[in-house]
Amino acid sequence: MELFVFVVAAAMVLVGALGVVTRSNPVHAAMSLVLTLFGIAVMFVAHNAHFLAAVQVIVYAGAIVVLFLFVIMLLGVDQAEDLSVEPITNQRPLAAIIGLGVTGIVIAAIVSSRAGFRVIGDGINETTVESPDANITQLARAIFSDNVFAFEITSVLLLVAVIGTVVMARKSKSVGTGK
Amino acid sequence: MISTILSLDPMLEGGVLWTPLIIVLVKVLLVFVVGLVATMLMVWFERKVIAGMQNRVGPNKAGPWGILQTLADGIKLFFKEDLIPERSDRFMFRLAPYLALVPAFLSFAIIPLGGDFRDGKGGLVTLFGHQTRLQLADPPIGVLFALAISSIAVYGLMLAGWSSGSKYPLLGAVRASAQMVSYEAALGLSLGAVLLVSGTLSTAGIVDMQSSIGNWNIVATGFVPFVIFMIAATAELNRPPFDLVEAEQELVGGFNTEYSSIRFALFYLAEFMNTVTMSALIVTLFFGGPQPIAIGNTTLDIPFVPNAIEGTIWLLLKVLVFLYVYVWFRATLPRFRYDQLMDLGWKILIPGSLGWFMLLAAQRVGRDAGWDQIVVTLVTALVLICGYGLLLAAQHVSRANREKDGASF
Repeated sequence: MELFVFVVAAAMVLVGALGVVTRSNPVHAAMSLVLTLFGIAVMFVAHNAHFLAAVQVIVYAGAIVVLFLFVIMLLGVDQAEDLSVEPITNQRPLAAIIGLGVTGIVIAAIVSSRAGFRVIGDGINETTVESPDANITQLARAIFSDNVFAFEITSVLLLVAVIGTVVMARKSKSVGTGK
Repeated sequence: MISTILSLDPMLEGGVLWTPLIIVLVKVLLVFVVGLVATMLMVWFERKVIAGMQNRVGPNKAGPWGILQTLADGIKLFFKEDLIPERSDRFMFRLAPYLALVPAFLSFAIIPLGGDFRDGKGGLVTLFGHQTRLQLADPPIGVLFALAISSIAVYGLMLAGWSSGSKYPLLGAVRASAQMVSYEAALGLSLGAVLLVSGTLSTAGIVDMQSSIGNWNIVATGFVPFVIFMIAATAELNRPPFDLVEAEQELVGGFNTEYSSIRFALFYLAEFMNTVTMSALIVTLFFGGPQPIAIGNTTLDIPFVPNAIEGTIWLLLKVLVFLYVYVWFRATLPRFRYDQLMDLGWKILIPGSLGWFMLLAAQRVGRDAGWDQIVVTLVTALVLICGYGLLLAAQHVSRANREKDGASF
């Protein structure tokens, strides 16, 4: 059962990821991304991390990709791109070299840390019929009491990013609307 | 293992047997059929009630009181010619109606449809020697499942509008996605108040907490989250007065303009199905779901009916009230303007639900720490008023700046 779930979810992730890269239509690529995100959510559920799966779907599939689609539709860039013209010369060979390099590094990292695979952490509280919220309580305790400083710093980082975007995107008064 | 993957149903513990499997299959079938029939009746109910409110007769030919009108319309739509526009994206055009329909059915799965919640039984009933709940699934993420599904539902509308390859559906789709993404935040934050009071995510657990009217979450969370949830839910459903998605004077028919035949019927079905599901969700979250109406220790009991079936009757009655309210909204309220819609969502509902959430959280912390509840409430209210004042000041400054730049709004 576990193997079956893994194979199906992994197939979803890989097919989606390939789709994001290979589809020339931006909307189709975005929908492939949704497939990948769903596959990852299934993986989370298979590892008993139900809350993470829900957040994965709500935040990534439900909000972020929707915003991608929104921008694609609003800007009208939804026609298929002509891929034969290269804006930057030699980018394809360079991309191939970098891609192979990253793959090599990842494989090297996996091979060299093979001994650590079997180590199981402290373990998450499994959800049972008696205490369906055990997992979420544990997660909340970790985020809001043990690591609350890191959590708050992250939210400040996001806030800075938002304010920075607003400041940069605002038209300066001298350019303005010409009135 | 399997039990934690599929759902938290005690029936599925310790290996899968034949009887539980059949019970689950029957449940799936039942939820599917109940969903379809409820939708069919809802369409008829809406047309009939609206007709009554506008001094018309409404559908009265097919079946007694015109009750089979939806069936007749459905059969007609089935046999109409299915058109696919020349400039459409064919794959997405075909996919979109299913992306709208499937989420509508899925979120029905977590609603407790009955069961005996009295005397601490927690909604468990015994079927053929197996304890189970009268709901299709009770996943550990509980009501977050409904949020996840409602955030997925936007894809159906968006892709339908985009893939049609014409302007009006695209405008409708852009409006729909902006509206649904904006109001999802308010929906989730007002839901947070319910979760804070109940202390659990499971829908069965939330229902279990609301044993009498004093414990109903509408009272326990202090009414405001319910109002926000109701408004946000109406916007999320794209129902009047928030039906800018299909404002026919401006957009012809909105995202589904190019759809015809059975594909159009699927969108229509999904819309009404969502209305039924959302009403059931409101009842589950704020009005005790299948719990009977009880004041203090006196329970309003329906005689000669087993408690588990009585739950279904109560749920049905409560849901019917909200379906009527939705129809009432449609007959009464004029459509919002687009900027009013966004103002309401971002400047009132989101700060409002966030502030109320903070108030409830402060009271809870105060209760645990033994502080004086009145002082805690007053201090929190003061902080909230200061925060809202700052928000208003910021809005005032930004409006003044925009006027200086020459914008007319």
